[in-house]
Amino acid sequence: MSIVKKRLFWPSLILVVMLGINVFTSNQFLTIQDGHLFGTLIDILRGSAPLVLVSVGMTLVIATGGIDLSVGAVMAISGAVACLLIQDLGNQNSVASVLLIIGIAIAVALVLGLWNGTLVAVVGIQPIIATLILMVAGRGLAQLVTDGQIINVQSGPYSTLASGFFLSLPVAFLIAVAAVVLTILLTRRTALGLLLESVGGSPTASRLAGISARRITVMVYVVAGGFAGLAGLIYSADIKSADSISAGNLIELDAILAVVIGGTALIGGRFSIIGTVLGAVIIQTLRITVVALDIPDKANLLFKAVVVVALCLSQSPEFRAKVFGRFKRRPAVEKVAA
Amino acid sequence: MRKTLSVAVFGGLLAVSALAGCGSSDDSAKGGDGGSGDKIVLGFSQVGAESGWRTANTESIKASADAAGITLKFANANGKQEQQIADIRSFITQGVDVIAFSPVVTSGWDAVLKEAKDADIPVVLTDRAVDSQDTSLYKSFIGSDFKLEGKKAGEWLLKQYEGKNEPVNIVELQGTTGSAPALDRQSGFQEAIKANPNLKIVKSQTGDFKRADGKTVMEAFLQSEKDIDVLYAHNDDMGLGAIEAIKAAGKKPGTDIKIITVDAVKDGMTALAAGEINFIVECSPLLGDQLMQTVKKVKAGESVEQRIVTEETTFTQEQAKEALPTRKY
Repeated sequence: MSIVKKRLFWPSLILVVMLGINVFTSNQFLTIQDGHLFGTLIDILRGSAPLVLVSVGMTLVIATGGIDLSVGAVMAISGAVACLLIQDLGNQNSVASVLLIIGIAIAVALVLGLWNGTLVAVVGIQPIIATLILMVAGRGLAQLVTDGQIINVQSGPYSTLASGFFLSLPVAFLIAVAAVVLTILLTRRTALGLLLESVGGSPTASRLAGISARRITVMVYVVAGGFAGLAGLIYSADIKSADSISAGNLIELDAILAVVIGGTALIGGRFSIIGTVLGAVIIQTLRITVVALDIPDKANLLFKAVVVVALCLSQSPEFRAKVFGRFKRRPAVEKVAA
Repeated sequence: MRKTLSVAVFGGLLAVSALAGCGSSDDSAKGGDGGSGDKIVLGFSQVGAESGWRTANTESIKASADAAGITLKFANANGKQEQQIADIRSFITQGVDVIAFSPVVTSGWDAVLKEAKDADIPVVLTDRAVDSQDTSLYKSFIGSDFKLEGKKAGEWLLKQYEGKNEPVNIVELQGTTGSAPALDRQSGFQEAIKANPNLKIVKSQTGDFKRADGKTVMEAFLQSEKDIDVLYAHNDDMGLGAIEAIKAAGKKPGTDIKIITVDAVKDGMTALAAGEINFIVECSPLLGDQLMQTVKKVKAGESVEQRIVTEETTFTQEQAKEALPTRKY
């Protein structure tokens, strides 16, 4: 099998091309400043962390044949809870209290995931409806928590989550890497991945084969909730405030797009975590490239749409066969004719 | 069994979302018993809650309605025009006395405004204008002159570089694409800085009036432009996001890059007083009282001005330090 036919070849190529553009347009693609790495590449890696986290959770949910529309709302809630609690701290720079609050916010997100999972696996509501409930109500909840205001915090340890550096790499990026590595280890080094794919393929057959399909389904929603909660914390730490309206707004669609670019089928079954991560990084790179190329903002969405369409077409074997195959097949036809 | 359980869950959730989604539920409840009296019922459709400015604007309207004894039916469009049209339609069906709204975008209002006119419900615009040719579709437009705000920002900048003969690179963070404040603040600013050919806008992108977008776009600006002298942000929130990006790039906001914003909300004023912003053009959100006066006049059949401009000022760093302690929003 030639490299061109590998599933992730085309998305990787598009990413490399876009990064190439940024190498030229950016005056510091990758440099060292204040003892840590800095530049466009670092901005992209750091900026894509929330989307990577949300998308990896989404991949697991989609692998079981479900979908989670509530991730954006969960982001808003976790950021709102964290900022509200930090605001009330006597000393906002106390690392222990901030860590505790981060724990509380993630716990809230896990509970919201459990709620989704229960609606889907126990009550038996269709995933798109079950998570739509939290998507709509959740944002209202977040606004209720913040009282419709933007809550500002001045906590050093909290903002480290998004803007800090460890071993000269952005902390947000390291968090995303840790989550991805953990997920890959759990799904590919244990039987869990196989179980996920079998539940996505056929829940009934899996149950008859002795797999606790219900428990697996609840679990993926809990994980997706937890990852979304973590993403919400990074988002709010980035701007040092909780903005319950715009936090995670429409991120569920970006996440689904990342999953699709990564080659996971929306009907469930086979999934690719690495593909999803690639998809999420492409989406973030696209966002930066639009500015770098000076595309007028009225044409932003059109430009993004063109790239995404090109990306999806390039991944379709039929399309590739029609466009590129023509050049290869012709000699064969001539041979027959002769 | 499973069915009843899911019905119960749904019911519970609907109740929760009704509570959460409707922040002004107490106001509309009051409308129920006050309906028999001759209290004016005002239907107000707000753009959303995208920034600190908007929140202050909403609070001003709610408080003024309370004080003026006007029953307020409040709807939040969350930045979506179709939602806002639906909200206005529902006000028409409910037969409110007056409709007021801040349009999400400038175009596409003729049909729904015509419906209101046909139903004999007067309409007052607040904060943002519409581009309808037929000005009989609304009674009055209360709000800031965004073009003037842009001009004030540009004029301050002109003064800073008066007599200096060096190129000045400006980057601009625009508001929501197609919205009146974004269009007018951009054109007003451009007109003002034309006077000095050294002042050049080198990059201009939308940050959607949001902090996070302001930060992301500014990061990209900083990477692709070597020398940025001035940042002009169409609102405080985008400017505040950009400040984070400038700090992360190892530069000093307010010193290495001069920052001009519009709005003067508390967070912005705090940054101005701290020297991280250089100049803020005020865009006052406190137009609740003016709105209620106009509503009463319109209801009584009195004539009102077609255009009511809110009084606004500008702030330098020193003025911000003085004004901050007594600032209401």
